[in-house]
Amino acid sequence: MSAIEKFEEILENRHQYAKDWKKQTGGKVTGWLCTYSPVELIYAAGMLPVRILGTHEVQDITDRYLFPTVCPFSRDALAQGLKGRYDYLDGLTMTRTCSHVQGTFDNWRNYVPVPFIHYTWFPCHRESPRAIPCLREELFALKQAIENFTGKTVSDEDLDKAIELYNTNRKLMRRVYEFRKSDDPPITGAEAMEMVVASQLMDVVEHNKLLEELVAELADKKPDRDTGLRLMMVGSEMDDIVFVRMLEELGCTVVIDEHCTGSRYFWDDIVPQEDRLAPIADRYVTRWPCPAVSSEFNDRGDRIIQHALDWNVQGVLLYQQKFCDPHEFDIPMLQKMFREQDIPILVLEFDVTIPFGQFRTRIEAFLEMAEIEVF
Amino acid sequence: MTTHVKYKTKPLDCWQWGKELRLEAYQDLITGYEQGKLLVLGCAASPYGMLAGLGDFVFLAGEPYGASIAADPPFSIPCMEAYEAKGYSRDMCGYMRNFLGSMYLNKYYFTGGQFPKFDFIWGVRHCPAGHPKWHQIVSEHQGVPMNYIDDETMLSADGDPQHRVDYVAGQYLDSIEWMEKVTGRTFDDEKAIEAMRNYFCNEALWGEICLLNGTVPAPLDIKSMFALMPISMLRRHEKVATQFLEMLRDEMKDRITNQIAAVPTERYRMTMLTPPPWSFLKIFRYLENFGVVFIGTYVYLINSGEVKFLLDEGKVLPATVPEERPGWPQIKNREDLCRTVARWRAEHPFQSHLDTRKKEFVILFRHWKGDAYLLLLNRGCVPMTTNMYDFQRDLQKHGIPVAMFEGNFADCRDIDETGVLDRLEAFLEGQGIQKLPGL
Repeated sequence: MSAIEKFEEILENRHQYAKDWKKQTGGKVTGWLCTYSPVELIYAAGMLPVRILGTHEVQDITDRYLFPTVCPFSRDALAQGLKGRYDYLDGLTMTRTCSHVQGTFDNWRNYVPVPFIHYTWFPCHRESPRAIPCLREELFALKQAIENFTGKTVSDEDLDKAIELYNTNRKLMRRVYEFRKSDDPPITGAEAMEMVVASQLMDVVEHNKLLEELVAELADKKPDRDTGLRLMMVGSEMDDIVFVRMLEELGCTVVIDEHCTGSRYFWDDIVPQEDRLAPIADRYVTRWPCPAVSSEFNDRGDRIIQHALDWNVQGVLLYQQKFCDPHEFDIPMLQKMFREQDIPILVLEFDVTIPFGQFRTRIEAFLEMAEIEVF
Repeated sequence: MTTHVKYKTKPLDCWQWGKELRLEAYQDLITGYEQGKLLVLGCAASPYGMLAGLGDFVFLAGEPYGASIAADPPFSIPCMEAYEAKGYSRDMCGYMRNFLGSMYLNKYYFTGGQFPKFDFIWGVRHCPAGHPKWHQIVSEHQGVPMNYIDDETMLSADGDPQHRVDYVAGQYLDSIEWMEKVTGRTFDDEKAIEAMRNYFCNEALWGEICLLNGTVPAPLDIKSMFALMPISMLRRHEKVATQFLEMLRDEMKDRITNQIAAVPTERYRMTMLTPPPWSFLKIFRYLENFGVVFIGTYVYLINSGEVKFLLDEGKVLPATVPEERPGWPQIKNREDLCRTVARWRAEHPFQSHLDTRKKEFVILFRHWKGDAYLLLLNRGCVPMTTNMYDFQRDLQKHGIPVAMFEGNFADCRDIDETGVLDRLEAFLEGQGIQKLPGL
């Protein structure tokens, strides 16, 4: 079984994976809702950090809890909790970012009991020099809370080890992304997404092993498909792998992305310092920003354009989760920036489930037009 | 035939002065810029009295400006369309859409003339993502500098918030330096302190006035509150606002003593949590036909006003100003001021934790002697609406009847007025409240 097939299998059996991990290690599993959650700290305490994701199934269970204009991801994630699919969680952590996922957390806390709950207040004025020291104190509070819950002290060595493992993880995923720069990428966008989503669900040690296997596999791999138009996906949370597979069947390859189940999650490393918590705080404040925590659009926009150029992107799928205000703000400005680079754009809006037929037609039309422009 | 009590009523004696003060505030927004005052954009919740340290200024709070436009559909609809033509989504903040549309059309609502260009933007991030992004769009469109304070410190607080207060105070302090740099003016600590003392005092006064509506019959109705609120919202830093609010408070006490009602047919008291749909204020006048009086809304008790909730005792009291609170220092310089503002913001009910807020809703309802809550499922504001079903469940758990309707507080195209009235009439009928005979 190839590394990608293993990632796929783990995604399909994510809950069983976490339950097995608990059984084998005797450790605790903590859910997290947003990529601003400091997974290194959770892992350093001997816990498995697992991102809570939706399943893209029709549901109405959240309608009594969250107003329908809360984003589909937040509603879908809460639905999983209300349905009892995360009944193995020992803890739930949340970092302050946007009000939609805040609603998920608040309702989870009140209606899906979990033994350990912690909220990390994130200083969203990331341009302020006051932000990093403030987050450092928040991380200290999280560390103390975890220690109280687990009864285990998180030592500097534990933190060093976790930081190193996650830095390795990020480095290996960036290495995989480098393969996507080639004229004929040996890995599809859907496969890359499986790899990143799996990293948010798996033990980092095991994920690193699979990444090493994957890097070795990709070095010799020749794709068995035409690359077609080189596409970039930019937007809010996106783990709809079925959609990405459909997209790539239409004659394109997603060669790079910018979303929180893609590059935005893992792009930036932690630079170790004597104080173990300060560099974690530094990383999360200065990391590739989600628009929910930043008003400095150009910071994000410039990074996105640079990625598009570096990966020789020929078209962009700019998408948003319906009602996601922070991304809705950025879309017109991103459209302008891509147009200035003569890169064609398609904008799609996602819900918990999506109209596959309509999307297919729109994507086909987009690819036809973009190919005329590009080729 | 059932007979109903009919209370005495009369207009407020201070009404005319209130109208004049409100008009002055709007005129200042028109003429202040021409008089060389600094024109600053920010949020209604900004502690804008601090700007007095830079000299004379006019502060345009984006939300009330958006609300003013929302109440005038012929002006609002072209604004919405101009905003949407720029590619922005129509499910975003309704206030913001009116504001940005007005900017894109280059039409200032209060004059019909050109939209003003700000000297700088100084906002607060009390609405996750929304307000800094809103201001960022203005900043880039006008090419003006922007600074904002991330001051939403207490939501779901699990840890010791002291470092959050330090973070907020530090940002305020940094922003003073920044303002000096972008304006070339020297910040006068004394003037800023004086204006902020007025600001704290006026917030407490407005909170006290709102709480006085807990008597039967209510001396003030919600529509009159909305008409007078611009004084506490836009002129919070001025002494003249203190004089007016003291006069209003004393007059309310007099009306209470003499049983003078705002709505003479009062027999059913309703309260709200959110702002109203501004294009549909007639809802309140219409429901007076049923003897329904709206006592107030939580949001404007804690935004432009301040009160003190005693959660364990189930009481709500007027707030005191920070310097009179036990253990709070006297404000002597800008460092003290920034620290006081940060701590005051952190402890203000504006930032109450979700679970605390639910308790506050019940306490306020009891204080106001309410009969039912009216909740707006507001498509125009995510933070206000996200947990509304949770609030509904909690209020009902406390035996409080709840009527709900869906709409938008700032987009007249997004509310079904007839449907809402039908729904409310059915609710009132269920509560045994019929239209009063002869109305």
